[in-house]
Amino acid sequence: MRVQVRFFASLADRVGADVESVDVPPGTDVAGLWSALLGKHPGIGDLRWRPMAACDLVYAEWDQKLDGVEEVAFLPPVSGG
Amino acid sequence: MVRLQAEPIQVEDLVRAAGSPGDGAIAVFLGTVRDQSAGRRVLYLEYQAYAPMAESEMARIEREAIARFGVSRVALVHRTGRLEIGEASVGIAVASPHRAQALEACRWVIDELKRSVPIWKKEHFEDGSVWVEEEEPRGEGGGDPP
Repeated sequence: MRVQVRFFASLADRVGADVESVDVPPGTDVAGLWSALLGKHPGIGDLRWRPMAACDLVYAEWDQKLDGVEEVAFLPPVSGG
Repeated sequence: MVRLQAEPIQVEDLVRAAGSPGDGAIAVFLGTVRDQSAGRRVLYLEYQAYAPMAESEMARIEREAIARFGVSRVALVHRTGRLEIGEASVGIAVASPHRAQALEACRWVIDELKRSVPIWKKEHFEDGSVWVEEEEPRGEGGGDPP
């Protein structure tokens, strides 16, 4: 199955893009997707923080399955305000 | 009313959006761009948002503030893009029949926004720039604008 992955702030800088389509096997969870991304983008391997994840615009746990999810975003610690 | 916008925040618009004849108080908060961060001179800031999620989180905060504090209405606006020193990056107006609830809710809204809304700021210095990404938000009087 194919999910749209979005990156923000320094994560987008490290990946070199702010959006990417990724094919993952059915049953993959957020952590599995992140592992697949680590293989493609070694630059995201040495972060000082763990990104938050959001599935279809809602914060998600790392063990959330991606079946039926269209968009996953990986979010650095937020700094609005 | 919640909104992300590239244009400057107009306090009168916030007040107009929040207030109604039944209210006796409107608490207004502006977070502004400071000219220094941890002792370094800041030239300007750049804000990036995950826009659809940021707006839905801001709408959740609006609903939750009304439910938790019993206030009448909340107006919450955040800027995106480049901001100069002194400009408001975030504006909040909370209207309520009485002042205590408006003030408490206003404080809660800014704290909750800083905790959960997917917006990031990049500080631009004379010799480079850096995304502000820290797991524990710095407190009042710390390095980043409120």
